[in-house]
Amino acid sequence: MYRLTRRELLRSSALALCLISPAARAAIVKGALPWRPGANDAPQVVTPGGWHFFTPQEAASVEAFVDRLIPPDPDTPGGKDCGCAVFIDRQLAGPYGRNEAYYMLGPFQDGTKQQGSQSPLTTAQRYRKALAALEAACREKFAGKTFADLSDAQKDEVIGGLEAGSFKLEGVDGIDFFTQILTDTRNGFLSDPIYGGNKDLAAWKMIGFPGTHYDYRDWIDRHNERVTLPVVGISDHPNWAQ
Amino acid sequence: MARKLPRKDVAIVGFGWTGSILAHELTDAGLDVVAIERGPWRDTASDLSITYAQDEWRYRLQHELFLRPAQTTVTFRNNASQTALPVRNFGAFMLGNGVGGGGLHWNAETFRFLPSDFVVRSHLTERYGADFLPADMTIQDWGVTYDDLEPHYDQFEYLCGTSGTAGNIKGVVHDGGNPFEGPRSRPYPTPAQKQGYGHTLFADAAKQLGYKPFPQPSGNLSQAYANPLGVKLGQCTFCGFCEWFGCANYSKASPQTTVLPVLTRKSNFEVRTESEVTRINVDRSGKRATGLTYVDSSGTEWEQPADLVLVCAFQLFNVQLLLLSGIGTPYDPQTGQGQIGRNFTHQTMSTATGFFDKNKYNFNPFIASGSIGMMIDEFNGDNFDHSKLGFVGGGYIGQVRTNGRPLESMAVPPGTPAWGAKWKAALRDNYLSSIICGGACHASFYSYRDVYLDLDPVYKDRFGRPLMRMTIDLHDNEIKMSAFLTDKYAEILQQMGASQVVKQPRRGPYDVTDYQTSHLCGGAIMGEKPDSSAVNRYLQSWDVPNLFVIGASAFPQNAGYNPTGTVGALAFWAAKAIRTQYIKNPGPLVHA
Repeated sequence: MYRLTRRELLRSSALALCLISPAARAAIVKGALPWRPGANDAPQVVTPGGWHFFTPQEAASVEAFVDRLIPPDPDTPGGKDCGCAVFIDRQLAGPYGRNEAYYMLGPFQDGTKQQGSQSPLTTAQRYRKALAALEAACREKFAGKTFADLSDAQKDEVIGGLEAGSFKLEGVDGIDFFTQILTDTRNGFLSDPIYGGNKDLAAWKMIGFPGTHYDYRDWIDRHNERVTLPVVGISDHPNWAQ
Repeated sequence: MARKLPRKDVAIVGFGWTGSILAHELTDAGLDVVAIERGPWRDTASDLSITYAQDEWRYRLQHELFLRPAQTTVTFRNNASQTALPVRNFGAFMLGNGVGGGGLHWNAETFRFLPSDFVVRSHLTERYGADFLPADMTIQDWGVTYDDLEPHYDQFEYLCGTSGTAGNIKGVVHDGGNPFEGPRSRPYPTPAQKQGYGHTLFADAAKQLGYKPFPQPSGNLSQAYANPLGVKLGQCTFCGFCEWFGCANYSKASPQTTVLPVLTRKSNFEVRTESEVTRINVDRSGKRATGLTYVDSSGTEWEQPADLVLVCAFQLFNVQLLLLSGIGTPYDPQTGQGQIGRNFTHQTMSTATGFFDKNKYNFNPFIASGSIGMMIDEFNGDNFDHSKLGFVGGGYIGQVRTNGRPLESMAVPPGTPAWGAKWKAALRDNYLSSIICGGACHASFYSYRDVYLDLDPVYKDRFGRPLMRMTIDLHDNEIKMSAFLTDKYAEILQQMGASQVVKQPRRGPYDVTDYQTSHLCGGAIMGEKPDSSAVNRYLQSWDVPNLFVIGASAFPQNAGYNPTGTVGALAFWAAKAIRTQYIKNPGPLVHA
């Protein structure tokens, strides 16, 4: 932290000054435009293998779940092989799961739908609770079977029941859980592969999004033509060094 | 106890578009200026990388460049009978944080309001009679006219290099531009951007229906440009990652690409970042600001004395700072008295989604800029006869789709399941051949007696200060208007050849989770009289003459255009008043 004496000292300097610490603390900018190319943090890239948030049991349920939300077909892998569960796992282990960006001061009370979520629990805590409740409900309804052990038809029955509000979870709003995992699965499917989903750019290839090209000036006038550029993600960029 | 710093001529709260314009103008006038900014320093070379700028999850969904509610938020309720609750994660609007403010990550649509927008109450009353307006509608004339602001719109556009086609130069209407616009003194600094397939098809269909389509005025530049300060911008490459993202290509007008390279070199300027202003200090008379108190990221409290204080934060925080500092009289919706917090407005957004035959139409939605698009203005403001419509106001209608980013482009036809093989197939079959455009009908939001801002009685920010409380809902006037505009847009989509059109008119209640632009306006409005406005026509506080409050907080109601062009013009207008009048003779510029 720069205190008054340091401020005064710097004010007398004729040199270009840049006082931005890597930790992004209060700073004075004076005398020149600070210029530090590439000073910003590159995104955190997901490394494959293992689970950072889910227990093995939870991971099995989530992989089974995402593979029914986005099932495989002959042209495009499903949610599991695209890495949607990995995406969710890594997100729940990080700032997203901890709701770091949220206002989390009390008092907490339920409001109207228009007022948005007022849960005192973090997204990660809500997943943990909901997945435990899902297992308990499946074991009770399907003779001790876990969600992952169910047939595809049974899984779809559970998911459809959660969506409709007819398959109840103990202590957890099933519709909220369905909405959350559906949103996260879709986002994992269609986000850049550096986050663990959209493996081999499968989702972008499926829809026809060419990815993170920075320049379409050669294409702006080519109306109603299929773009033939290769599909690329952030880590395919020539400057990517991770 | 705050540590006291040496006096400055001018202290500015917030360092976005308005703060940087005022700082530039007043340092040119020889004043010693400091800006205090809540968020971090940001510049193109350091913070925006072509390698990873195009990260929808990080920047669009996780809001990395924005203010996060953990730092501060607002509370919200639809009406006074409800308990306001904190907005725990932003949704309906996104607030800037850091150097450049929203100017760093906007779409750069750069409009002027219509001449009639500035005199809206007198204009509507004269045309339709005094009884035509709803009784609880509190719209007001601005106290400033289009002609007053025209030179300053021009200044802002030439600062930015705005790309567009003029529709009216000195009263002469020109083909290809907006025939409804107010007269401009000269053409746009750069020609309009090229357009994609969907945008062009919209323009063709609009013409077939008898409208006069024109290109959206764009701060994503059609060609390289050097502005009057000598700062250079590059040509936009249509990358499709504009709003919510920073431009790593120097082709989007922002404080970073137009002002800061010159401003930061001046010896009579400095900006202090990661420093949040907690109070405007006033003397015992309550009629003179003595400076600012702020807290830096170490928690140290500082007092910055200054002769002139400019409040240039985002609209909500301008109003909050006035209320927390005891400046002006808080608005009371019961009596309609008081100035601070009144006439709070947003923007009335609606759209329709068009699904087209995938074998015939490929829109390549990812080839776009933030303010690309073709639009019509036949149904904006009072450009059309409202006498039999049962509402006032209006908006532009356009195919202004800015991107094909996958997470925001999951439109599937109605009846498609939300998951499973059918959803997956529908996503595959409609991504390239549908037109989704959240901003297609971009309309006015007029002011009402029961839509206002005040301090929340329960929820606090991290310094223990009350949060701003929003009380806001949509009124019948705006709901009717939105249905009307959405129908018009849907007709154009049909004319374009859509096989299915799904209308999404704006309906109540106002929902704080549903994005509807970040164009929050009012609360510290400008006007002709001190009993019904917080600031005079020069944005000078009626109560504290050495305090100016600059930004969309001054809008008495919101018009049917994106506000930044008008915010920029007001910043230059206020700067001129300070330079040519206030400095010579500090005191009230308007005598009530």
